[in-house]
Amino acid sequence: MATLSLQSVTRRFGPVAAVDDVSLDVATGEFVCLLGPSGCGKSTALRLVGGFEDPDAGDILIDGASTVAIPPNRRATGMVFQSHALWSHMTVFGNIAFGLKLRRLPGAVVRRKVGDALDLLGLGGLEKRYPRQLSGGQQQRVALARSLVLEPKILLLDEPFSALDAHLRVRLREELRVIQRRLAQTTVFVTHDQEEALTLADRIVIMNFGRIEQVGTPAAVYDHPETVFVADFIGAMNRNPARLEAGALLAGPWRLAAKDPQAYSTGDLDLAVRPEDIELVEPAADVDAVGRIEQVIDLGPMRQAQIVCGDGGRVKVQLARQIPIGSGETVGLRLHRALVYRNGVRPVEIRPHQDALGAVLPFRRSHGFYQTESALAQ
Amino acid sequence: MTRWRTSKDTIIGSLLLAGLVLFIAAPLIGVLLWAFAEQWRAPALLPTQWGFKFWHALLARADVQNSLPLSLILATIVTALSAVLCLPAAYAFARTEFPGRRLMLLSAITVHAFPRFPLYVSIALIFLSLGLIGTAPAVVMVQLVFSMLYLIWIPTAAFRGVDRRLEEAARDVGASQLTVLLRITLPQVAPAIGAGLLLTFMNAFYEVEGALLVGIPEIRTLPIVMLSLITGQVIVQYGAVLSVMLWVPSLVVLIFARKLFDSRTFAAGLSV
Repeated sequence: MATLSLQSVTRRFGPVAAVDDVSLDVATGEFVCLLGPSGCGKSTALRLVGGFEDPDAGDILIDGASTVAIPPNRRATGMVFQSHALWSHMTVFGNIAFGLKLRRLPGAVVRRKVGDALDLLGLGGLEKRYPRQLSGGQQQRVALARSLVLEPKILLLDEPFSALDAHLRVRLREELRVIQRRLAQTTVFVTHDQEEALTLADRIVIMNFGRIEQVGTPAAVYDHPETVFVADFIGAMNRNPARLEAGALLAGPWRLAAKDPQAYSTGDLDLAVRPEDIELVEPAADVDAVGRIEQVIDLGPMRQAQIVCGDGGRVKVQLARQIPIGSGETVGLRLHRALVYRNGVRPVEIRPHQDALGAVLPFRRSHGFYQTESALAQ
Repeated sequence: MTRWRTSKDTIIGSLLLAGLVLFIAAPLIGVLLWAFAEQWRAPALLPTQWGFKFWHALLARADVQNSLPLSLILATIVTALSAVLCLPAAYAFARTEFPGRRLMLLSAITVHAFPRFPLYVSIALIFLSLGLIGTAPAVVMVQLVFSMLYLIWIPTAAFRGVDRRLEEAARDVGASQLTVLLRITLPQVAPAIGAGLLLTFMNAFYEVEGALLVGIPEIRTLPIVMLSLITGQVIVQYGAVLSVMLWVPSLVVLIFARKLFDSRTFAAGLSV
């Protein structure tokens, strides 16, 4: 049972604010991911919580009590490092037991707790090994056990899986999620991998230039990115600068009827469209844009078409596997959902064809359309 | 066909290897043979008469009897003093930024950048005016100055090579800064420090010129005795027997060093 609260925390390195006025509340048992590009301040934020950096301003509370004056060795936080940071001169047992021994627990208690931690992480039988005798995944498990065995109030993980190969990364994060749920362990996880953040987190904190861009559930940050930065950072997005002209919203290849222009009448406008919110149709009069398929990329469960529109702008469109379509074809694009940002923030959602469709059903297709370009020309 | 070629390659390789070993080992074997030769006349491939005669003769000499323990004690003192002076300095060089840090680090190597003998002479002149010539402290000081390099540069690089996150991880699980130093940092750099200690000891043990200039006539280390025996009387066996005796510490060092050279920390320590 532990809560974490960052209150207007700032940490400067010289003239640069690595963490700039960050406020965040993490509830008991919550799994929060700090996500952002490298240098966005997410690791510094984590190190501030762990006590390895001192804030220049603001306060950090654990269970409501300020911790900024407490050195890392007496803070109720446990940190797992990207490089696992195991002590190579100690065995697995020595590594996990080190913190317990520093607390002067009786030997029997140390052995029992280390045994429990080994079982929890599936490391039974490895206690006499040295770190160099373990695989990368095992090393990171030991690092996790070393932190968990001390039952920290807040578990901090700094890109713990980024040095592992893709399959192992997926497996370890699933294991981590199971353990974290079972222990109801309040956890802050730093990553630059959006897939990792989307699959792990209860809430994602997206950071850029030391500031928080958005805090929300994975669904919220994906469906409603609050800033242009988040829109670009999470998932694939087609984004074009937009302008209003005679009641129409013009953005790149798009020409949309502006139904509610008051909502975005002033300022710099941007139109952001997810590839799955575009439907390919026949290039008829009522389409929102027309283009030619440049190439189709196979993404496994999905395909993605790169479409070159008249003015040279490119649009990414998601396709179901079974749609028979290939490069060179001329297509019409129907836009089902888009976000219009004013000065890069506070998007307004528009659904140009909602009246006609009722609900947006991507990939629903009734009319046989897919002729070749030459057939269309006839 | 393949098998034939493989065996031919193997034979050529073996011959090359044998040649290399012979090239390296021949002088050593020669010295070893001479040490146990009572008589070795010119055309004979091996000594014509074997025996320990020169060992007995040499070990019976008072100067040899005195110089071996003296050499061991002096080298131990030099090593211990160097460790006390240099290891804290190495930690400071590695972990703190202060003005002139690089200059001071370089100063440890500058004595090796000049011809040594003029340096010895100028040091000897200073010691002469201080009345230190012919004393053990003079020898210790000279050997200390010229061996500080090993216990400054190697441990500095090793302290630098310790991943700070190892220390942070220890802090994280509850270790004080002193505990981190004693339980994490020092064990991590132990191989490099061990290598530095061994190199310092060997350097002091085998050092001749400095000890010769400031130590004689009172302080006669084993290498000095060997030098005087070789230059004074042309009895090859004396030199050979003393060489074999002087091998003993380096043999011990090599056996220890085998373990150290394997370790990554030592490799990191040398790549300054």
